[in-house]
Amino acid sequence: MSSEKKQAELIKEISGVNPLKCMKCGKCSASCPSYNEMDIKPHQFVSYVINEDIESLVNSESLWKCLSCFACVERCPRDVKPGKLIDAARQIVVRQKGQDYLLADEIPELLDPELPQQLLVSAFRRYRR
Amino acid sequence: MSLENKEFKPKIVAFCCNWCSYAGADLAGSSRLTYPADVKIIRVPCSCRVNPMFILRAFEKGADGVIMCGCHPGDCHYSTGNFYARRRMTLLFSMLDYIGVENGRTRVEWVSAAEGVKFSDTMNSFVEKIYSLGENVRLGDLRCKN
Amino acid sequence: MQRIGVFVCHCGSNIAATVDVSKVVEMAHMEPGVVHAEDYQYMCSEAGQAKIAAAIQEKKLTGMVVCSCSPRMHEATFRKAAERAGLNPYMVEIANIREHCSWIHKDMEEATKKAVILMRAAIAKVNLNTPLQPGESRVTKRALVIGGGIAGIQTALDIADAGYEVDIVEKTPSIGGRMSQLDKTFPTLDCSACILTPKMVEASAHEKIKIYTYSEVEKVSGFVGDFTVDIRKKARSVDMDKCTGCGVCQEKCPSKKAPSEFNRGLNNRSAIYTPFAQAIPNVPVIDREACIKFKTGKCGVCSKVCQAGAIDYEQKDEIVTEKYGAIVVATGFDTINLDKYDEYAYSQSKDVITSLELERVMNAAGPTHGHLERLSDGKAPKEIVFIQCVGSRCSDDRGKPYCSKICCMYTAKHAMLIRDKYPDVNVTVFYIDVRTPGKNFDEFYRRAVEQYGVNYIKGQVGKVIPQPDGKLLVQGSDLLDNKQILKEADMVVLATAIEPNPDVRRIATMLTASIDTNNFLTEAHAKLRPVESPTAGIFLSGVCQGPKDIPETVAQAGAAAVKAIGLLAKDKLLTNPCTAQSDILLCNGCSTCENVCPYGAITYEDKEVNDHGIRETRRVAVVNNALCQGCGACTVACPSGAMDLQGFSNRQIIAEVDAICR
Repeated sequence: MSSEKKQAELIKEISGVNPLKCMKCGKCSASCPSYNEMDIKPHQFVSYVINEDIESLVNSESLWKCLSCFACVERCPRDVKPGKLIDAARQIVVRQKGQDYLLADEIPELLDPELPQQLLVSAFRRYRR
Repeated sequence: MSLENKEFKPKIVAFCCNWCSYAGADLAGSSRLTYPADVKIIRVPCSCRVNPMFILRAFEKGADGVIMCGCHPGDCHYSTGNFYARRRMTLLFSMLDYIGVENGRTRVEWVSAAEGVKFSDTMNSFVEKIYSLGENVRLGDLRCKN
Repeated sequence: MQRIGVFVCHCGSNIAATVDVSKVVEMAHMEPGVVHAEDYQYMCSEAGQAKIAAAIQEKKLTGMVVCSCSPRMHEATFRKAAERAGLNPYMVEIANIREHCSWIHKDMEEATKKAVILMRAAIAKVNLNTPLQPGESRVTKRALVIGGGIAGIQTALDIADAGYEVDIVEKTPSIGGRMSQLDKTFPTLDCSACILTPKMVEASAHEKIKIYTYSEVEKVSGFVGDFTVDIRKKARSVDMDKCTGCGVCQEKCPSKKAPSEFNRGLNNRSAIYTPFAQAIPNVPVIDREACIKFKTGKCGVCSKVCQAGAIDYEQKDEIVTEKYGAIVVATGFDTINLDKYDEYAYSQSKDVITSLELERVMNAAGPTHGHLERLSDGKAPKEIVFIQCVGSRCSDDRGKPYCSKICCMYTAKHAMLIRDKYPDVNVTVFYIDVRTPGKNFDEFYRRAVEQYGVNYIKGQVGKVIPQPDGKLLVQGSDLLDNKQILKEADMVVLATAIEPNPDVRRIATMLTASIDTNNFLTEAHAKLRPVESPTAGIFLSGVCQGPKDIPETVAQAGAAAVKAIGLLAKDKLLTNPCTAQSDILLCNGCSTCENVCPYGAITYEDKEVNDHGIRETRRVAVVNNALCQGCGACTVACPSGAMDLQGFSNRQIIAEVDAICR
């Protein structure tokens, strides 16, 4: 298996998403609050995974602009969940970076009870690049 | 062929009612949805035609699994047939389990004429289960085996 | 010993590509009773049937096995072929080596092995077959149509024109159905009422058609040619014979707060009402939930103003029992519930409406008298956004997995009509795909774009946000421009998915007609028998079978009528001879079989029995072959094993089991 293919498979595995279910309706991009900040748009995440162009995905601005609000996941009529795909791509990058992420010990002092958990997780990933 | 090299090929009998499940199996066929060739289907008019005797006979003759498919409860072509079948099979299967034919070897599944996908999924999962359970040794009539 | 012939079909390459047919023929020769075996390219062809006939006569066959496609496909063909050659048709068995073998297996060796086993099982069964003679049953020359929409009306008219009596049962107070709610129809923009009303009048005036409105089918028993149906005529509280349809009662009724079903709840109606002006019959009903007289006992205004004395508060539901030979289901559709689609703000804003509601808004008899206005403040909209595929093509549990088929066209219609009547209103359509297969359909859609300047945007809407000033902020995507769009609209119209009328489940259960996972009724064959249910004598008309537009519905309604007429034209039907038989020597008259028989086909008689030289009179079960449908419930219930099913006997099925496990 080529490394591109392997990475695409990995993304599908982590996200649990079958991108082939996409019917290209664009509801994800219509729902995205940080659409204008993104170079690769949410609906394109899907085609990038289908085309196994993970390289572009992990080097994109979008990778770190996605707020993980999961509006696209919630509203996708086909269960494709573009948000999960980009999340998986982010995980690949984080894993490749080895120790360059937040350690479990550091979390307590950063915790703010007002913050939603999901935001916390995505924010840590973004700011610790 | 020596016994050790003999690859386990289960014998699986599927009773399908003519109106729903047999048609569902036909739909699986015309939609080219594959399932293992170990499954052989016997057509019966209704799931209520399946006499527990037939299932015992199958195990006696060396079947490794028996599955019975009918119309969804409430959708029986003959109004109430599958209700009788459901009760009979519940009793029979618990009795079979008691005598050592594990519950995994018997199954009742409701498949409508429109559910080709469900039919092939059901058969795939059932066959997989039978492979994991291995050969059925209970009830086998030794005179019929090699 | 039987003399069995085995005929193996190649079905072109459908079977022969994965099953080694010559090997199957070779193996057939080794089976007991087989005196002849051959293979041929297409057994069902005339040449194939000629081969079968020749073998039957030359080899004096007493039974035959055809290894071919599903018996559901060609069992009848081969039985007829056998009968023509002088062999009892019930001496034919089919081994299904196409749908159950060649089409689902890829490995030739494995598939061939399985085909041989399936053939062996069929041979083992045929060895025990006995010649059977079908009986006869009568046909009641009257049809029932369930549903009085355009599908039901058309079917009823076609059957009645052929000279047979038809009854229509309609749940609501008037026939007309969804089509009566539409304003205009695509692709020619006819006024819906103008083309429907004449048909409604024709149906009500037809001497062969009887219409039961405000009625529901309560119970169905019997079988093809001889159904018995209970129809509940709900209490109308108005005497249909006395009422003149003057309408004074509706005018004077003090309770005017009930939401109008006909106008999709967009405005209110009185408690005594006809759904719409052209209603047939033009006799109102009293909605007892809303009527002050029924709620408090005080009022009775309608009774006082009725000159004809037609109001009858004491009226009760009435059950009518009728016999029918054929039943046509034409129960139609409804739009799906939008509770799960919060993002479109349907429940938050009155200005977000479904397309069916827009039909009422555009209609002169609708809540706004045909003026296009916002339902919240009555202002004329300047910017209207249409959203396609709301709930259609969804694989999640919020919507429906299928395409509702009609939305692309009616949206083009709406857009065109609005642009035509109000040229200053901007119309934007967010679409995923525009699907316009059909005569003059794509031209129609292109006309909306090119001639009427409707703005079609490829993309979906993610969210509709009601603004404090009453506007609606629509956030959507434009996939071709790769842009996210924010648009202020005055009105948003949702092309809501359609689903079969929820009542169809209950009706299908009563008719034992099968239904698919989306509650659409299943056809006997998806391509070749699209208007028949697999249950004999039940026919399908309109959207209850699948989404379709008016021309298709009318075409299917006609087709269903023809099928029903074909049945009613027969004086006698041949019954299935695969019925239960009781062995009087084994029967002990315990009544178990009688209790499980769904058709009441089993009775008990005192018969003289010669049991090993002892003559005595015993009470034994007797099966009425005209009533028995051959389900076999009694055969398994019988504790002494006296009941057996012809054509699927215990010995036959055990022989099949043995052959498979051999």
